[in-house]
Amino acid sequence: MPNAPALTEATYYILLSLYKPRHGYGIMQQTEEMSRGRVRLAAGTLYGALNALCDKGWIVLKSMGDDTRRKEYVLTEKGKEVLVREVERLKELVQNGEAVLREEM
Amino acid sequence: MESKTVSKWFWVWDFEKEEAWLNEMAANGWALDSVGFCKYRFVRCAPGEYTVRTEMHPFDESYIRFMEETGAEYVGRMMAWIYFRKKTDNGVFDLYSDIDSRISHLERIGRVLTAVGGANLLIGVINSAGVRTGLGWINLLCATFLMYSLGRIHGKKEALEKERELHE
Repeated sequence: MPNAPALTEATYYILLSLYKPRHGYGIMQQTEEMSRGRVRLAAGTLYGALNALCDKGWIVLKSMGDDTRRKEYVLTEKGKEVLVREVERLKELVQNGEAVLREEM
Repeated sequence: MESKTVSKWFWVWDFEKEEAWLNEMAANGWALDSVGFCKYRFVRCAPGEYTVRTEMHPFDESYIRFMEETGAEYVGRMMAWIYFRKKTDNGVFDLYSDIDSRISHLERIGRVLTAVGGANLLIGVINSAGVRTGLGWINLLCATFLMYSLGRIHGKKEALEKERELHE
């Protein structure tokens, strides 16, 4: 997939947060921390996105330890691939942006 | 605990106004405690202690548990609408943080209005044409009104879709 569509900011940060398994609230905290408070995922948005990502097979919900009620989301191999490709795409955006702006100055 | 019940009516397209009013009540020291048909019960709280949010959401136990894990309290449900509140000390409380999820919320409202409106139309037509109970006009009136609501919701959705052309 050389021309995979861009991820939304929410999707990108959710996948990034799940490089380590986390539960829903943990994803919200990690995202806020990584973006230094800029990106705040609202719970309803996050819930919808997590369900969509599970359907796509980019993440899975797994029971952690002995407590079966305590479930965490885990990034799959497929999800990792998507993330790697997105970082490449973002690099291109930033490089092009910087190159054009440098010429300006 | 000191409490009071207020009767108030909001049109379906005014759900943001309803939410704003509930937050105004919270700012004045009245936290939403339960909901009924056009009825809201409030209990005394410190002014601004809570943020209140409402959305249309199908019944989903795991969603409510998910919200509770993030520090929100489930207040109640009235028809397809659910109400949450969260202490303002526990951080900013929003249900949606991007345009996509706001659009899918409006689509959810639209689907319910279409289903209920369609059913009323069908019953109205049957009652007017065949059975002749003389009450078919009530259903047709409901159907007309529900279709008008659908139009209002659709307008909101279109505005968001226009915005999404430029950013998410």
